[in-house]
This record gives sequence, C-alpha cells and structure tokens, in this order.
Amino acid sequence: MTARQAIIELKGVKLKRGSRITLDVPDFEICPGENVAVIGANGAGKSTLLQVIACLLHPGEGQVFAGGRHVGKEISAIEARRRMAMVLQRPYLLDATVFDNVAIGLRMRHVPKKEVQVRVDEALALFGIGHLAKRHGRSLSGGESQRVSLARAMVLRPELLLLDEPMSSLDVPTRMALLAELERIIKRTRVTTVFVTHDVTEIPFLADRTVIMAGGKIIADGPVRDVLRQDLRGALSQLAGAANWLLQESGEG
Amino acid sequence: MDLIAEGITEAFRLLLKGDREVLRIAFLTLRVSGLATIISAAIGVPLGTALSLWSHRGRRRIAGFVNTGMGLPPVVVGLWVSIFLWRTGPLGFLRLMYTPTAMVIAQTVIALPIVTGFTMAGVGQLDPGIRLQMLSLGASSWQLLRILIREARLSVLAAVMAGFGRVVAEVGASMMVGGNLLGQTRVLTTATSMEVSKGNFGFAIALSIVLVGITYIINASLTRIQQQG
Repeated sequence: MTARQAIIELKGVKLKRGSRITLDVPDFEICPGENVAVIGANGAGKSTLLQVIACLLHPGEGQVFAGGRHVGKEISAIEARRRMAMVLQRPYLLDATVFDNVAIGLRMRHVPKKEVQVRVDEALALFGIGHLAKRHGRSLSGGESQRVSLARAMVLRPELLLLDEPMSSLDVPTRMALLAELERIIKRTRVTTVFVTHDVTEIPFLADRTVIMAGGKIIADGPVRDVLRQDLRGALSQLAGAANWLLQESGEG
Repeated sequence: MDLIAEGITEAFRLLLKGDREVLRIAFLTLRVSGLATIISAAIGVPLGTALSLWSHRGRRRIAGFVNTGMGLPPVVVGLWVSIFLWRTGPLGFLRLMYTPTAMVIAQTVIALPIVTGFTMAGVGQLDPGIRLQMLSLGASSWQLLRILIREARLSVLAAVMAGFGRVVAEVGASMMVGGNLLGQTRVLTTATSMEVSKGNFGFAIALSIVLVGITYIINASLTRIQQQG
C-alpha cells in the first residue's frame, strides 16, 4: 500500500445481525487510483462491505475514515457520502427525464443551473446516451438504464465510484459491451473504483486489486493474479471454474 | 314527487340568481375545509413519508394508531375539540369555540390521519432500493423526503383528495364546535342538515348541489394534476 492518504479506511469494523456476524473487517483501505474488485458468493458480505464504505450503513463496532477523517465525528456521514457515488444492481431511475435523473446528485449539492447543464451533457456523452436526454427514465432498455445510472454517478466526479454488481441484471451481449465501455471510461477518467461482483470473468476488465470475501471476512486481498493463485482451491472454487480462465486471461497459461 | 320537483326548481332559482346566503355558506365551506386540508397535507405528507421510512420497531404501533385515526368518527373529534376549547377548558382562554378557526382545528384532526395513513401506504410501496440509491448519491434527509414524495405523488394526491373529501362532507364536528351560526360558522353540510329539519327542501337541495359541485371541481382539478404528473 502507498503512503498516500486513503480515500476510505475501515478499522475494526464489525457488523452483527442478531447474533450472527455479517461483517468483520479489522483493517481495510482504498487508496486513490486503485480499482478494487470484491468477489465472493452470495451472503459473503460484499454488499454489506460496500454499504459501510459508502457510509450508508453505520457499523456497530469500529471506525470508518473518509480522507483521514473519522466519519460521524470529524466528518458527517452525508459529507463523506457526497465524495462518492454508487451504482447499484438495478438502476432505480426516478419518474423523470433522463436529464433530470442524471442531474439529481448535482442538484442535491446545489450546483448552479448552468454548470448542471454542462456537466450532465458531458456525462451523457461519456456513455453515448446524449440522444436520450429528453426520454423518460422508465422508458429505457436495461442497458440504457444502467448507462444512465453510471452517468448519474460519474457526473458527480466522485473520488470513489462504488459499483454493486452493476452488470448482473443485463443480458450477455449488453453486459460485454458495457463492461468494455466502463473499462475505457475508468482508465480515461482515472477514477478510483470498488467493484462488487460474483462473476470472476468481469474482474480482469475492471480491477488491479482483488478482494475475496467469505462469511463476512476478507480472506484474500492483493493483485489479481496473486489472489487467484493463492485461493484456487478455497472460496473461489465454489464460485466458478472460471478462475482458470481468468489466470489464462491475465497472462499465466 | 311534488316535493322533489318544487325543491329542484327552488334550488335552480337560488343558484341562478346567485343567492348571497348560499354563496356565503359555500365560500366559508371552501375556506374551512380547504385550510384544514392544506394544514393536514403540510403535516401529514412529510409525516407519512417519514413513518414509512422509519425502520424502528415502534413503527407498527404508530401505524396502527394512524390507521385507527383514519376511521375517527367526526362526532368524537367534535366532542374532544369542544372539551378543549370550551370556555372553562384547557384552551378556553383562546376563545375559539363557535368560530371558523375551531372548525378548521376539528377538521384538521379528522383529515390528518387520513392524509398521513394514505401517504404512508403510498410511499411504502416504493422500491426500498430508491432510498438507498438516493442516499448514496448524497441526498440529505429532507432531500430524500422530497424525492420520495415526488416519486409517490399519485398516491400522495389521492391521500390529499381523500382528506378533503372527508372533511368537506362531515357534519358532526362542524356542528359541535362551530354551532351552525348564521353568517359565521354555517357551512354547506350543517346548513343542509338544518334546512331539512325545517322542511325547506328547496334550499337544502340548492346547498347539496353546491356541495357536490365543489367536491367535483376540487377533485377533478387534483385528478388533472395527478395525471399530468
């Protein structure tokens, strides 16, 4: 890890539901420029981890630091949230035009009208959906909706972009197209990302660091190839035989 | 049959010449019930939305409370508002008994649970993912409330319409706290009820036509807003 200031840091975070521990992360940080993939089976705690990072879920135990400041003490949860943006599995577009959907986060931050116009247009162009601006949010196809959701997050120029299985509700051709596009955009904008998925085949596109979760714990964390080799017989093997494919893909035959 | 025919003829005569008495009563009805509806909406819509978001265990109890309130009989409300506003009552010093303000208070008490309850149900039907998504984009609590109300605006308008429909139609509470005083607290329902007891069917029919007309116009305009969305 670098000496740079982490965007988000979790220390001794524990979350319980009843008596069951759903998340147990003693030490975890995300530094500027990293593209982190979080994988694990259903119920492994991936989305819970993401929601704690997003300051949407307050951990019962432990601290979260945003830019070095203790969330809830030195910085409010909402201030911390406004440095990030999140894309969920489903786009949850509002009953409004595409333009208004993409503008919503800027309006929450009271960005002046003129700037909203410019930035929304930019974000729509980035995802190739400028022509949809006046369409109604609920009249779009799955791929279009998810592009709007991505534009709605990227328009905020977030320090950290959180992606919670954003491709999982799309069909394969749409998913492959969007994945390639997202990869290009992440490289171009150099945005820091945390990408949650249960599909290991998505990892080489979007991550340089992989975190594997099981039972609410991080069981491996490091560069994609190291993690995958170390864990081939472990948690990953339940996920997919795709791990072999992945090693090939990342240049290990 | 003569009674009906005469009544209707009399009603149209009064309406066509724009009888001052009828107009004054109609205007007061609009003012009292309109104000009570606006106050109920201003409190009930945000309250219902907040309650639907509240994940605390106490929510169910409060929801049960609100739902009971939706069926609160107007005479019961009339009784309790009277007790409070009565000269020797806890709020007697305000001297509000038998004033339009007293009627607004009583009608607000009647409409508030209705608006709150229907709003709670409507917003509760939105996908919880919307809430998470909006918070993750940086919404403050107030911004979230506004966004959700807007998303559920069809249900919210229906809630407001139901509230207005209830108070514009009720007699009991208005009669008890207003007193049906000529030129002061006489509204369409209390006047109709009184005219019928006096046997003035023509006047009563005229009043009832105005009452139905007002209800129709208000609800039609709200429905229009609702469908333009």
